Amino acid sequence: MFKDFFSALMEGKLIGVKCKDCEEITCPPKSTCNNCGSRNLERIELSGKGKVVSYTATYVAPLGYDGEVPYVVAIVELDEGAWIVGRLDVDAEKADKEDLIGKRVEVYGKEFPTEQFYPDKQRRVVPMFRIVE
Amino acid sequence: MERDVAVLGVGQTKFGSHPDKTLPELFAEAFFEAFDSSNIELRDIEAIYFGNFVGEITDGAANLGGFIADEIGLRGIPAYRFEGACASSSVAFRDAYLAVKHGIYDCVLVGGAEKLYSAGTPIGTRALATALDSAYEVNSGLTFPGVFALIARLYAKTYDIPLEKLREKIAHVSVKNHKYGAMNPKAQFYNKFGDLKVEDVLNSRMICSPLTLFDCCPMTDGASAVIIATADFAKDRIDEPIYVRGAGQSSAGSLFRQKWDVVKALPRKRSAEMAYREAGMTPKDIDVAFVHDCFTIAEVIATEAMGFFEYGKGADAVEEGLTWADGEIPVNPDGGLIGKGHPVGATGTAQIYSAVKLLRGELDFIKIDAETAITDTLGGDFGTLVNVILSVHRR
Ligand SMILES: [Zn+2]
Repeated sequence: MFKDFFSALMEGKLIGVKCKDCEEITCPPKSTCNNCGSRNLERIELSGKGKVVSYTATYVAPLGYDGEVPYVVAIVELDEGAWIVGRLDVDAEKADKEDLIGKRVEVYGKEFPTEQFYPDKQRRVVPMFRIVE
Repeated sequence: MERDVAVLGVGQTKFGSHPDKTLPELFAEAFFEAFDSSNIELRDIEAIYFGNFVGEITDGAANLGGFIADEIGLRGIPAYRFEGACASSSVAFRDAYLAVKHGIYDCVLVGGAEKLYSAGTPIGTRALATALDSAYEVNSGLTFPGVFALIARLYAKTYDIPLEKLREKIAHVSVKNHKYGAMNPKAQFYNKFGDLKVEDVLNSRMICSPLTLFDCCPMTDGASAVIIATADFAKDRIDEPIYVRGAGQSSAGSLFRQKWDVVKALPRKRSAEMAYREAGMTPKDIDVAFVHDCFTIAEVIATEAMGFFEYGKGADAVEEGLTWADGEIPVNPDGGLIGKGHPVGATGTAQIYSAVKLLRGELDFIKIDAETAITDTLGGDFGTLVNVILSVHRR
């Protein structure tokens, strides 16, 4: 399931599931509704648009990510209500100098080399957030 | 039939660096201290509840229950390994407590061991990140300091505190916990950083903005052990049993799935309320708290979710001295994770070690007039939460 999400993301589509019982949109998809736990779900494509709710410029990385520092990890609240984690494509210095919370962003996928503990042994896809305002 | 449960002996290794010992060897050291102060026979111990988070990664070691039992001379009895990230030995403790309370066993050993310092920072950071969502959080390179950095910004926005102001306020957690850690002979930072200043915290190396090195707990090797039994068994053997009055536990998924709940640490609120309810107590009945200060901001939100302060007031509370040893509710007078160290799988029962010693008046470096204590251990980004209430009073 998680592989489908990242394959779609690399094709420019952000997918999730919509609950037929409570209307909640869960993204990335989960086996049950993130709000009510229902299994009565349908797969949908989201707008891929949202706003930054929090972020952090990361200077000390785990093994397997060391070559990528500094990078900016962010949480984005999608227009459909779900929160997702990815990276802001701004440099760390800008992220630390300015307040980027509330900035409108668009999501796209970017491929990185996988690492020994990552569940996808072929590749590691990261949701990237491009600031659009 | 439910029975009252009490703690007998407790043990803790020096926290810091132990590259010369295996996990079972390290645990044995903590166990011997606990056993030698319990006035029991080895054969009294009916089961082992052992907490460890990432033995596979740091030491290539799993299936640790059996190896622990064998190391300490208890080969043959049931021995379980519990994993709940940083709350591993607290989960073990709660299950052990329930087993004794409900008549499965009369006397059991609980504890934990971890060797993250010896693993080195890159492997240690990756190992800790296994407690995050492996597919949807770690892929971006999110780390544990990163999680609490995200939460710090959410906290600042939620309560409309300028980020720089919040950084200053939460820096007091580091100053406080390093002060007590420097006094604690078993702490990783014994005799170090006792005079840390707010500016030192603000100006130290940025790890994940806005959190600096001194906002973070260290990587630590260490072990802890606790022997618990029915209250009747305990009072026949030792002078000062410390009674387990209540224990709560709760769960949650990934950080991003919890949305704004993370600022209020709702899984912790649920867990603490479960413990208070069982104990028939409220936060006002607690004299001292040992909470999960993996990062400065983490202690602040813990003190709010556990009911000591209103939401949004925890950062002011530490700045005003309310959580210092002479304050309204002393928090982490043993140094906490920041000053004492954080050997993940051993942290929960190390909090119980400090709580029991303090309640008995046996913590030589600090005296607080306290009859009731609470511990609070957090695994992952609120994935596993455990709270335990301990008291000198049986009821
Ligand atoms: Zn639903």
